[in-house]
Amino acid sequence: MNAARHSTGLGWRQAFGPVDAVGVEERVAKYTTRSIKKASKLWGLRCAVSMVDLTTLEGKDTPGKVASLCRKALRPHEGEDIPPVAAVCVYPAMVRHARRHVRGTSVKVASVATAFPSGQAPLRTRLAEVKAAVGDGADEIDMVINRGAFLAGEFGRVQDEIAQVVAACGPATLKVILEVSELETYDAIRHASFLAMAVIRPGDFIKTSTGKTGLNATLANNQVMLDAIRDHYLETGVAIGMKPAGGIRTAKQALQFLVAVKETLGDAWLTNTRYRFGASALLNDLLRQIEKERQGCYQAPWNFSDATEAY
Amino acid sequence: MPRLPIIKTPKVLVGGAFIRSESGRVFPLRSGAGAAVANIPQCTRKDLRNAVELAAKAGPGWARRTPYNRGQILYRIGEMLESRVAEMTDALCWTRRGSAGRAAAAQEVSQTIDRLVHYAGWADKYEQLLGSVNPVAGPFFNFTVTEPMGVVGLIAPAEAQLLGLVSLIAPAVVSGNTVVALASEQNPYPAIVLGELLATSDVPGGVVNLLTGFQRELVPSFATHAHLRAITAVVGPDHARTLGLGAAESVKRLKVLPAGDVDFGDNAAQGLSWIRALVECKTTWHPIGA
Repeated sequence: MNAARHSTGLGWRQAFGPVDAVGVEERVAKYTTRSIKKASKLWGLRCAVSMVDLTTLEGKDTPGKVASLCRKALRPHEGEDIPPVAAVCVYPAMVRHARRHVRGTSVKVASVATAFPSGQAPLRTRLAEVKAAVGDGADEIDMVINRGAFLAGEFGRVQDEIAQVVAACGPATLKVILEVSELETYDAIRHASFLAMAVIRPGDFIKTSTGKTGLNATLANNQVMLDAIRDHYLETGVAIGMKPAGGIRTAKQALQFLVAVKETLGDAWLTNTRYRFGASALLNDLLRQIEKERQGCYQAPWNFSDATEAY
Repeated sequence: MPRLPIIKTPKVLVGGAFIRSESGRVFPLRSGAGAAVANIPQCTRKDLRNAVELAAKAGPGWARRTPYNRGQILYRIGEMLESRVAEMTDALCWTRRGSAGRAAAAQEVSQTIDRLVHYAGWADKYEQLLGSVNPVAGPFFNFTVTEPMGVVGLIAPAEAQLLGLVSLIAPAVVSGNTVVALASEQNPYPAIVLGELLATSDVPGGVVNLLTGFQRELVPSFATHAHLRAITAVVGPDHARTLGLGAAESVKRLKVLPAGDVDFGDNAAQGLSWIRALVECKTTWHPIGA
């Protein structure tokens, strides 16, 4: 294991350095000024569709709702040129229902696990949940880190728990949710990113949020984590993926996140094996904007399957 | 030392906030004598798009309010206008000359207040006249009720810059629609002032959205925007044709009033038919005894 393992106290600050908060915020503000039009916009929108983890994480989820989510994931909209999304993201109890609908396709089944969203359960319960989800056929596991331990300074424990989840995942891809809104500072986000990246495998992801708290993925949080991924890659050669989740609702936001990826990590990360969007409302807005580019006029939301509450 | 007066920057009311155009463009408003008196936001199709999104967001809450409450709020707009008669008359007079122009402007403001009170009264009464219980040959209650259409686009006349605009807005919002209205190009200043008093009249943000700018830039986007359910427009023949083609493609209800044909001061420019033009009828069959 490399130097990142079990760094405690102030040692990590020397190892990874603090984050220049003002610099990060100024930099991400610039991302929102890029002018992306016509062909490049269409490319970006389609790319974003292919990166969506179409998510339903509600107490009222049913097998029927998951089935319609899977149909939407496989064929988001009529027309040949719109790719399927990357994955459907559900609770562990819904994995076997989702599995039935997407088997044999490019769409993966992702399951949140480890007592999502709080992570406040005994470790053996969390590990059992991961194994159960993988056993039911989950291709990807979204775990939450132990924020309580992290904030109490027990970094070694946080890292050991992630390592045990990695082992429990077996062949499944792991996404480590840092829940940035509960880490309070950019420094802590960067630190937690390195804690996770030291023990996960190439092709695994770090992820911003559960989407269950007030503050979700922002361009600035995303940037801090992308910078960490880049530094980790330059140091070790291990490519880690990134998944912002929660609060990304519009196509415009998605394009801004893609700008951040392109300008921080380069084209190699502009693929759904290395970058994902955790979202539910985003997909329909992406489709709406693609259709707008195609037809040249603004579209109504009821043509994109979120008509129920549309006015 | 003489004091420099502070000149107000005209901004339009969209989604309950006062905005400049996203484009940053403005166009000069010229007085009757030809002098530039204000820089008006030159709104674009993206401002229209944003306004429609905000109108759609405000819609369900506005439609859920009781008709009585919508009536109160329309009446409140009238009250607020009454207290700003002088300011509104001045706004209308930017492009009108002489004492005759001023008298006409004052009369237009009074008529506008009356029109608001007229539709405030209709708020909890039109349903009795437009809805019905229908006779059917079977064991069913069959009744028809009206529902608001959704987001409605309005293109106000060049003349009657206040009365014409309010005569289009009031019958649309009284039934629970929300509107995006393009103000008169000739003198948009009354629409700027109207926005300021709407913001203080208990009208929820996003229910009335006002844009200023050029018809030649905005009419094509109004015509084709699929999220707009209906358009009422006072325009010339060229724009009427653009609207007709766009409305047919996006299947929206269109009412074109040829510019110059409607006298908004007349009583024919108000009433139930103006409300009926912007509602949908829903008919329900309900088994008797169930």
